Amino acid sequence: MRTLKNSSRRDFLKTSAALSGALMVGFSIPSAGKTAATVTPINGWVRVGSDNTVTIICHRAEMGQGTYTSMPMLVAEELEVDLRRVKIEMAGADPIYINALLGGQLTGGSTSVRDAFDGLRKAGAQARMMLISAAAQEWKIPESDCRADNGVIFSKGGKKLFYGQLAPKAAQLPVPKDVVLKDAKAWKIIGRPVKRLDTPAKVTGKAEYGIDVQLPGMLIASLAQCPVLGGKPLSVDDTKAKTMPGVIAVVKIDDGVAVVAKSFWQAKTARDALNINWDFGKGASLSSAGISQGLKDALAKPAAMLKKTGDVDKALAGAARKMTASYELPFLAHATMEPMNFTADVRKDGCDIYGPTQFPQLAEGVAMQITGLPKEKVTVHTTFLGGGFGRRIDVDFIVQAVQISKAVGKPVKLIWTREDDMTHDFYRPVSLNTLEAGLDASGKPVAMKFRLTSPSVTARLFPPVVKDGIDPFMTEASVLPYDIPNTAVEMAIHDAGVRVGYWRSVSHALNCFANESFIDELAAAAGKDPVAYRMAMLNGEGSARFRSVMNIAATKAGWGKAPAGRFQGVALMEGYGTYVAQIAEISIDKGEIRVHKVTCAVDCGTMVNPDIVKAQVESSVAYGMSAVLLSRITFKDGRVEQSNFHDYPVMRMNQMPVVDVFMVSSLEKPGGIGEPVVATCGPSVANAVFAATGKRVRKLPIEAADLKSA
Amino acid sequence: MAKLTVNGKAVNINASPDTPLLWALRDDLKMNGTKFGCGLALCGACTVHINGEPARSCSTPLSACEGKKITTIEGIAARGLHPVQKAWIELDVPQCGYCQSGQIMSAVALLDKNKNPSDADIDEAMSGNICRCGTYQRMRAAIHKAAAQMSGKKEA
Repeated sequence: MRTLKNSSRRDFLKTSAALSGALMVGFSIPSAGKTAATVTPINGWVRVGSDNTVTIICHRAEMGQGTYTSMPMLVAEELEVDLRRVKIEMAGADPIYINALLGGQLTGGSTSVRDAFDGLRKAGAQARMMLISAAAQEWKIPESDCRADNGVIFSKGGKKLFYGQLAPKAAQLPVPKDVVLKDAKAWKIIGRPVKRLDTPAKVTGKAEYGIDVQLPGMLIASLAQCPVLGGKPLSVDDTKAKTMPGVIAVVKIDDGVAVVAKSFWQAKTARDALNINWDFGKGASLSSAGISQGLKDALAKPAAMLKKTGDVDKALAGAARKMTASYELPFLAHATMEPMNFTADVRKDGCDIYGPTQFPQLAEGVAMQITGLPKEKVTVHTTFLGGGFGRRIDVDFIVQAVQISKAVGKPVKLIWTREDDMTHDFYRPVSLNTLEAGLDASGKPVAMKFRLTSPSVTARLFPPVVKDGIDPFMTEASVLPYDIPNTAVEMAIHDAGVRVGYWRSVSHALNCFANESFIDELAAAAGKDPVAYRMAMLNGEGSARFRSVMNIAATKAGWGKAPAGRFQGVALMEGYGTYVAQIAEISIDKGEIRVHKVTCAVDCGTMVNPDIVKAQVESSVAYGMSAVLLSRITFKDGRVEQSNFHDYPVMRMNQMPVVDVFMVSSLEKPGGIGEPVVATCGPSVANAVFAATGKRVRKLPIEAADLKSA
Repeated sequence: MAKLTVNGKAVNINASPDTPLLWALRDDLKMNGTKFGCGLALCGACTVHINGEPARSCSTPLSACEGKKITTIEGIAARGLHPVQKAWIELDVPQCGYCQSGQIMSAVALLDKNKNPSDADIDEAMSGNICRCGTYQRMRAAIHKAAAQMSGKKEA
């Protein structure tokens, strides 16, 4: 499936870097024992073989969200090829693959389709136009007398030439500037529930993840990292470890001490025999109670204003009724099914790195830095990702693999254990949302003040993005769509002393939990139905899509008509350009909550593949509900207290609700769909708990005490 | 040296007896279809069949596999695809796909014993397997579909 070991990749990237120019060079792929087909890159996404094999380059990480299918669909639509017959290859690191929405070659933020929607169709169209030009020149007829269909150019007179015959000539033609893309009505691939291209490999065990990478002479490493995050090894007694079977070397690196052996089990058992003296660093006194108190103390800190309308303090002072509430969320681990791992082959003359990463550009950068090699000597080979959820934006495990391979001078695959993964994550930040509202005599809000106090998720990796005290990735879904005349939205960045990272839906989940729970509290205070209360405040120009999804969800879920013993809660949000209304239906029996059904209405604009959209909504519910019902990371003496799935429980089959997904058919600009529905899980379930018990849930995950009636 | 049968083939594995079957399969036999998820039999990613029974290979030492018949994802269909794999493809079950070998091994083991499992039977057989992408709903449907296809074939 993946052809990582293709030695031509580097040459391809070199030539494709010159994409904006006209010159493209064909070259041969040396393949052992087979007749070599000449492969010509037409541009950064399209390569055509002399055997007519069309290869489409997938430039976004496939971590479950379907880019391996949706990205090629965009190219194939305009290229006029049969998607079932194209080969897909993962892109290396190259500036042409930069995600304009994120400023790096980065997969995240539910941006893949949004960023690529125009660009990849254009790349497909340009390649097609160049192939048509080459045919027209060959036949000495106007281009308008040629058409492309299923990998073949036809002339009006009935002549035909295969793409493979035309590619070498086409690649030397100027890249067309004026590109007219197909009208949506003419789409044959986009908008259809095309079967995922990676499924056959994933049901047969053949799909290659980072942990599966095999290189000749490769060794396996297991790394002991400091039990306190941020701590460093001072010294190590490796006397016993070095005598153990299969052990080749013990290597001290910045983050810990690695045992390099012939197999994983040898490396792991010898690592357990190391005796390491750690400098625990300043994190050694961290505790969850202290972190929580720190957040509360930070409420005294001045906050930065994100958005202000009217005069919120005056309106609050004059309100008939005032409400306040605060919402607190814990750290969370990503817990991808594939633990962190990476393979590095550092040589004097070059460095190849292989594995699951959401950020090949940064992977390349750190490898260059550690090895001192120039860009053209470093090659990133991205495998399938066994889950990403934001964890694989970070490159700590890549740095470690490169350092270890450099030290031993051999290819090394570093594999973390689940315990390593759980205790050395970049956690979703803790948060404290404090909200205040003033209602008029009829119960309508006239003022609302929102404040988020939390660590900045962006300050570490992308410091310039944090400006004037606002981290835009922490204030997502903080501005409500409702008609409230006086509002203030503020954030105060508070470093809790724990490294944090992007966790699927990032701050949408924190802010939506607070906002949509609080709106529900206001509705209850006003004695109004939660859906009707929201609908009455959705009047502005931008409200149509909110109203539409809310109507669909309420109708499809049978809002207000829950069966006996079942209770419903609602949440509404826009995130990533996608509108979501979600209704959760729960019961509480013998002190235990069960989420039976989750109805989601989503409007994510134009859909490239509706079945993948649907799968992402189902997936988001499972991921979101784990955080609502089960998971949390806590600290004691600077150590993460959870280590594996017994104490960091996540959703299993027997807990999974039925997910009913309703998608709005639309030709609006595409929105992101990998993440928004994660965020609506918290408030929809918490509001359903209130409907059942009369008690508000203001912390997650939900605990037994939260389920007792008020 | 452990002697066992893997997917019908007799193999000798030269690894220490405490080596988990998972790592013997992956590192010694270079069979990568079986995945490492947790190392403590908590997630099911490493599920294989030992003498026809589903087992967590991450927590089964090689010493316990002596003389046993091991089936992995690479060996569940004599040729082509197993009906469970076909149903998985028809419903486009996998997302990241990492847990899916283990899920499929658990599903195949269930259907070997129970030709027409109820939702409760499926929950019981499958709840030891975690999927962080949340493909549970589709897996449930795919198991029902595979069960129907398998019994349909027998009737024909």
